[in-house]
Amino acid sequence: MGAQLRQLRRRIRSVKSTAKITRAQELIASSRIVKAQQRMQAAVPYEREITHAVSAVLTHTSGVDHPLTVAKEQPASAGVLIVTSDRGFAGGYNANILREAEALKGHLTGRGLAVKPYVVGRKGLTWHRFRGREMFGEWDGFSDNPSYANAKEIADALIQSFKVEDGIDEIHVVYTGFVSMLTQNVIVKRILPLEVEESETPPEGIPPYYEFEPTAGDVLDTLLPRYIESRIYNALLQSAASEHAARRRAMKSATDNANELIRVFTQQMNQARQAEITQEISEIVGGANALADAAAGKE
Amino acid sequence: MAKLRVGVVSPERELWTGEADMVIAKTVDGEIGIMPEHAPVLGVLVEGGVLRVKRDGDADLVAAVHGGFISVANNDVSILAETAELGSEVDVARAKDALQRAQASIEADQEDADARHQARRAAARLRAAGEEV
Repeated sequence: MGAQLRQLRRRIRSVKSTAKITRAQELIASSRIVKAQQRMQAAVPYEREITHAVSAVLTHTSGVDHPLTVAKEQPASAGVLIVTSDRGFAGGYNANILREAEALKGHLTGRGLAVKPYVVGRKGLTWHRFRGREMFGEWDGFSDNPSYANAKEIADALIQSFKVEDGIDEIHVVYTGFVSMLTQNVIVKRILPLEVEESETPPEGIPPYYEFEPTAGDVLDTLLPRYIESRIYNALLQSAASEHAARRRAMKSATDNANELIRVFTQQMNQARQAEITQEISEIVGGANALADAAAGKE
Repeated sequence: MAKLRVGVVSPERELWTGEADMVIAKTVDGEIGIMPEHAPVLGVLVEGGVLRVKRDGDADLVAAVHGGFISVANNDVSILAETAELGSEVDVARAKDALQRAQASIEADQEDADARHQARRAAARLRAAGEEV
């Protein structure tokens, strides 16, 4: 067997096993998107209610200034929460996030703010470590399946450094929003000082005039951190769903490419085999002819 | 008589929604009972409280609610709990176990805030499951 033929066989075998792996990854990611979407859905009622409550309180307590809603006049530093994934194999997912985070950093530095990164996900952590950048918060191990406790932990750390002197004066979050199976967009948002967003539905008239137990200030004190936790939880859930969607797409194109390679190699291999056979035949025929000529010459 | 539309939600899921005649919850100021046509209220719930929803015909719905809020407006009652568990879902043996462990660490260290927290939670879960604590 010719050297070229053997080489092609070996490459086909190797590409085939790669295709098997990427195909399996694709299937795993597809099944996990569904679960991630369900978790996003399950979190919707709570988000809706808490947003409603926060906007109700804020409409009726315009006199109450809460530390979390007041922007500092001279902000000096900004915390940026960057949500990346723990594992790769997800195409441009992490690269997109980190690019946007860099753009935000440039923008904030332009405003004269010191930027302090808070990073979620092993990929983001290694990216920062490799560049020798200091991180002010590091979390990993839950990017594909975040729980509310994870969001709480992150929110606690952020709120803590927001409250202390010489901490951070603004908090931004960079994550991937899940639009559909095929579309995910990087979203950059400021979460502190707080701007309450009404999700999708416009407010139906003026919220009723609430009585507060115990007082409006106390309610706000406990409500706002919960609201921020819920925003962060939402960001983590969307990122998780996006991560699976990005991985599914990356693995699908990898599988398609592998199959295309296998097709090309198989063709080349068949050609090489045919060429070898043709050559062997012509060698035999040539040899036989030469023998026949020699025998004829003797006579 | 008008009915209350009640929703019990935690960040990770919606525990229960439905109609009810009365909702009893424990805020930091004390127990609060909500009946239809109640004035709008937004209250902070205590850690380790028990929520009781009285329904017509059916047995009361009882849940252990740890922290969170109750908001009432236009006969809509939402209970936003950080973590919540329906009484019927409580694993009694585990909750008892947790309570005992927490009490043991409180006895060993009176300042153990974490254990007190655990004990309150476990007690609320047991009460929600209908056990005497």
